[in-house]
Amino acid sequence: MTDTAKEVLGESQPRGKSRSQWSDVWKQFRSHKGAMMGAFVLLFITFGVLFGPYLWDIDPTKLDIRNKDWRPVYMPLFSCSWTDLCIPPESLERMKYGWSHPLGTDNLGRDILASLIHGGRVSIAVGWVAMILAMLIGTAVGVASGYVKWLDGLLMRFTDLVLALPLLPLLLVIMLLFRDALRATFGPELGVFILIVCVIGATSWMQTARIVRADILALKEREFILAARSIGTPPMKMVTRHLLPNVLSPIMVSATLGLATAIITESAISFLGLGFPSDFPTWGKLLFDATDRIQNFPERALWPGLMISLVVLAVNYIGDGLRDALDPRIRGR
Amino acid sequence: MLTFIIRRLILAVPTLLFISLVLFLLLDLAPGDPMAQMPLTIPDEVKQKMREALGLGEPLHIRYIKWLYQFFVVEPGFFLDWLFGTNMMEGTQRVVSWQFRSPVFDIIIQRLPQTLWVVALAYAVGVIIAIPIGIISAYKQYSVFDQAGTLISMIGFSVPPFFSGVVVIVIFAVKLEWLPSIYDTTHEVKDWESMKIQLKQMIMPVMVLALQTTAQISRYMRSAMLDNLKQDYVRTARAKGLSEWSVVMVHVLRNSMIPVVTVIALGIPSIFGGAIITEQVFKVNGIGQLLITAIQANDIPMVQTITFIFAVLIVLFNLIADVLYGVLDPRIRYD
Repeated sequence: MTDTAKEVLGESQPRGKSRSQWSDVWKQFRSHKGAMMGAFVLLFITFGVLFGPYLWDIDPTKLDIRNKDWRPVYMPLFSCSWTDLCIPPESLERMKYGWSHPLGTDNLGRDILASLIHGGRVSIAVGWVAMILAMLIGTAVGVASGYVKWLDGLLMRFTDLVLALPLLPLLLVIMLLFRDALRATFGPELGVFILIVCVIGATSWMQTARIVRADILALKEREFILAARSIGTPPMKMVTRHLLPNVLSPIMVSATLGLATAIITESAISFLGLGFPSDFPTWGKLLFDATDRIQNFPERALWPGLMISLVVLAVNYIGDGLRDALDPRIRGR
Repeated sequence: MLTFIIRRLILAVPTLLFISLVLFLLLDLAPGDPMAQMPLTIPDEVKQKMREALGLGEPLHIRYIKWLYQFFVVEPGFFLDWLFGTNMMEGTQRVVSWQFRSPVFDIIIQRLPQTLWVVALAYAVGVIIAIPIGIISAYKQYSVFDQAGTLISMIGFSVPPFFSGVVVIVIFAVKLEWLPSIYDTTHEVKDWESMKIQLKQMIMPVMVLALQTTAQISRYMRSAMLDNLKQDYVRTARAKGLSEWSVVMVHVLRNSMIPVVTVIALGIPSIFGGAIITEQVFKVNGIGQLLITAIQANDIPMVQTITFIFAVLIVLFNLIADVLYGVLDPRIRYD
């Protein structure tokens, strides 16, 4: 044996940097520009709505009728006199704006920046909780029908039935029917929160269930499952130790899609006036309230709408990046 | 093929029955009372009779079966009567709206043209835009056009119609004042001038809905084209000296259209759901707006009928998509 070989064998640590699966995934994810940008935007908005209320501590429900209808502080930027598309200087003089309300106030004098921050908390919380609920139901149904043969036909027929339901009209009907009952038990805000989250979660698990089932069926034929069974692994351990880690990547990808649709659905319900109570801001609710006076105050509709679109766009790009990063055939190319 | 269609049609019956039962049971829980608006001076026994006249007060299963009978026998019967000028169904009870006190289907027929004008046209426009975008994006993969197409379809996926609608209203109706912000359904098209007004008021809702369709369909078209462009038969076609145009537009396109056509068929019912929001933004008084007002006014027969029609559409277009797939792709055989 040569000296170098002895030297190498004697070392307790490998020479090169070790590569794990997740570090590879992270490396691939980082190379996807859109996904990194999306992650940055999502983190920024999430931290903004989490810690924003400590920095900008105006109560979003506080009425201040003397300071109503303030315009955003950037209004002078749109002022000029050579075209009628921008704001003429004489009407700029009549507007109220200033740094005490950077995005202005609404028709009851509530600060729009504070409403946006608090509304974002609700919208993002609804999105996350509903998405987690949908993933739990979807994974449970998918694993059960993929792993337990006699449940397969039953559960998949049920999934098909739920897929054939007209979901948006049904969501609206359920919101209307159970809103008052849950409000009475849990209070106006928590009741509606529980209802929206449950309803969105219960109507968006089907795709995940189908994907998980298909993956489990394919995994069941693989040798390592046969090996695991031959050494007597109990069924529960089979699922948690061998099957679930291997279906994690499709679940993560559909989780990003689920987060995006949950945020859009919540906003849509609020926009149709069937969501949270009127003094409780969410992005969809703010957008809905702003549409009546959009001719005079377009910014009130633009900011919440922009927030919804930005978050959803960011989440979709993250999903795109995750799909590439988690696919071992694309990774490393 | 025929046996497959018949089998699927028979299978659709329990599905629809299940959905109608779910809808019926859900709406039965509704807290509203159609008699709540009546004056308090009406004595209780009269109120009870009015309730019975509306079909309430009987046990649940009887009401369900009666509703099924009305929906599947009486209403199609009235449709046939209207079609052929007969009156077989005279004297039978139709599904009556509590809000308008007239048959539900009459109101739906009134509202349907508005929805179809906007929704169907938007879907067609979306598909017509999406297919060339998908073809070019796939043929020039990773080019600037492809990247821009990806970005636009990402935006189409992510920007909800209640925001894109509001944005186009702010830009084109409020700032530029080119287009009206509200869709006027009483407007009649008589000559070229009124046609121009109609087109003007349709542009915004149609484009907002079409953006979403385009985003989806162009992605499907692109990936289907990419799958096919790598196939051996494409190399064969090129090797025998066909022009690039006929290789791509005849050989590849026809094969790529198979999955896309089924996706287009599957998307038709969901566009009605999306129209609920677009109609609300542009104040179009179509089916979606009818559903929203019915939900708010506790008009249970109306809500039940419209949601069930949506469910029928979903089941029907699922079936159509499956059959189309078999017709278009000879490799698929349902035996």
